[in-house]
Amino acid sequence: MSETTSGKKKTKTIQWAQPPRIGLAEALYLPAIAEGIATTVKHMIRGKPMTRQYPEVEPEIPPNYRGVHRLNRDDKGRVKCVACFLCQTACPANCISIEATATDKNDPQWADRDKYPKAFVIDELRCIYCGMCEEACPVDAIELTSIYDATGLSREEMIFDKEKLLSVYDETIHSGKDPDRTRRGTLGPASDWVDGTVPSPPPPGGGLPGR
Amino acid sequence: MSIDWNRLWPTLAAIAIILGVVPIIGLYMTFIERKWAAWIQDRVGPNRVGPLGLLQAVADGIKIFLKEQVIPSHVHRPLYLIAPTIGLLCALLSIAVVPFGPVGPEPKGGFRAMVAPGVDIGLLFLMAISSLSAYGIILGGWASNNKYSLYGALRSCAQFISYEIPLGLSILGIVMVTGSLNMEKLVAAQGPGIASWNVWWQPLAAILFFVAALAETNRLPFDLPECEQELVGGFHTEYSGIKFVLFFLAEYTHVVTISFLTVLLFFGGWHFPGLTGAVDATWLGYGLRWLVLLAKVAVVVGLIIQLRWTLPRFRFDQLMALAWGSMIPLGIFNFLAAAAVITFGWNRWWLAPLSLLAMTLAAFWKARTLANRPFRRPSSLVGAATHSSRHQQVVGSKS
Repeated sequence: MSETTSGKKKTKTIQWAQPPRIGLAEALYLPAIAEGIATTVKHMIRGKPMTRQYPEVEPEIPPNYRGVHRLNRDDKGRVKCVACFLCQTACPANCISIEATATDKNDPQWADRDKYPKAFVIDELRCIYCGMCEEACPVDAIELTSIYDATGLSREEMIFDKEKLLSVYDETIHSGKDPDRTRRGTLGPASDWVDGTVPSPPPPGGGLPGR
Repeated sequence: MSIDWNRLWPTLAAIAIILGVVPIIGLYMTFIERKWAAWIQDRVGPNRVGPLGLLQAVADGIKIFLKEQVIPSHVHRPLYLIAPTIGLLCALLSIAVVPFGPVGPEPKGGFRAMVAPGVDIGLLFLMAISSLSAYGIILGGWASNNKYSLYGALRSCAQFISYEIPLGLSILGIVMVTGSLNMEKLVAAQGPGIASWNVWWQPLAAILFFVAALAETNRLPFDLPECEQELVGGFHTEYSGIKFVLFFLAEYTHVVTISFLTVLLFFGGWHFPGLTGAVDATWLGYGLRWLVLLAKVAVVVGLIIQLRWTLPRFRFDQLMALAWGSMIPLGIFNFLAAAAVITFGWNRWWLAPLSLLAMTLAAFWKARTLANRPFRRPSSLVGAATHSSRHQQVVGSKS
């Protein structure tokens, strides 16, 4: 490999540029400093602060934000979860633990349901907020809310049990930020929308279902 | 042995003013600096404590006093403890010969706005003491027993040694022509109009002095001893709480001192057109002069803060090249020109065009040498895995 040919090869891929020539003004430093000061002074006078006064002015959370979980209720106020373990299986962080139990068929309140979670615990500190539990749920019982500032004084405080998750639902359902995205009550398929429209089945040959 | 209270009380009063005002100025300068930086960077700045955040400085002060005193186990304890004190001591000592208000050139009794009025080697004393504050930094960095602290301290040492020379050279012209090292006389020689300010016939010296003094304070274009990105915190990495504050108080005291010096030596001190006559002839004139001086100092302090948020940090070789390659030769030239003016009895106004011409010629020469640097084509380096030539940049366009 000769020097010239490889040199030509190089210039094709990499262009070698000379550093810009320094003139008298740059070598004096002072005009450049004055220019810099003019820029900063301009920002001082005309610049509008970009600051959000956070605790007073809260940021606008997009509707698909993935915050603290909640457990939805059905039309009778019962926990909507059917204890199918799909979310626990889907969870990549292993932060969901469910204890299922069969319903008492003699109880009129639970006559139409077979199974419900006796315990439903999410470790909010372990969760990575990926939203895969929400995607996995066949009855839209678990949802991620727009609460982004959950805090606690101890680790135990941040392990949310069923009652806590249901209370998150009660808190957020009327806040306007986290409306119930699916038809209340009915334990239908996950794409059971509030306005009653049922998405069309996927076209033959696969593909994404249309909304 | 009796104490002459008539001679003692003005000094004690001036010391009390300095000791009382300097920490407050230091605290509030951090606040002003944060606010100023916020405005430059399109932010709001501290606004939580008090109206407009004005009590932030007080809150910071309380917090820093109540903080835990952490002394790492690996430090050289005596020097570690004494280093911040040396820094602040030198900063406060050097402000002793700086008039912080209008002071007449003739010695007089009663209160004068100066701790040590009538010191005939005032400027010399100031230069000597203020450069001693390098000891605070060097001892602090060494005693911390931390390599980053030591790096910061060594850089500071090199920087102090380099920039002491242009700092001294820059004031020589004024001192020679005025014929005094006494601060009051240096200011009195610049009265009363704008035209007699030193900056007009010593513009190069003013620039050199300001730049060198900025380097002496370790402030941003020259803050290599404490640059956060390279050295964690430089010489004060291992310091916390009140000892850290002492270092910062020393730095801000230095900033105030060099602002005063710049104004007193080059911008006429308390002189302003219309203010004629003796300094303390009337209370109104005295007060107005005080206001003029403080306003000028505030402008210089503002310029220093503005420069901090405008200019990026020098690289160390650039820092050294600036001192040894440009500022010292220019300072020597300025000194020689002033000497020639005195020797041959020329008009001192010849110094202004001469020094500006020298600066332009130096810049011209530097631009020429930079432009004529040999540019090695990449073909001569083909095959080398790593290119070390500093002229090469991988840039998209501009062949």
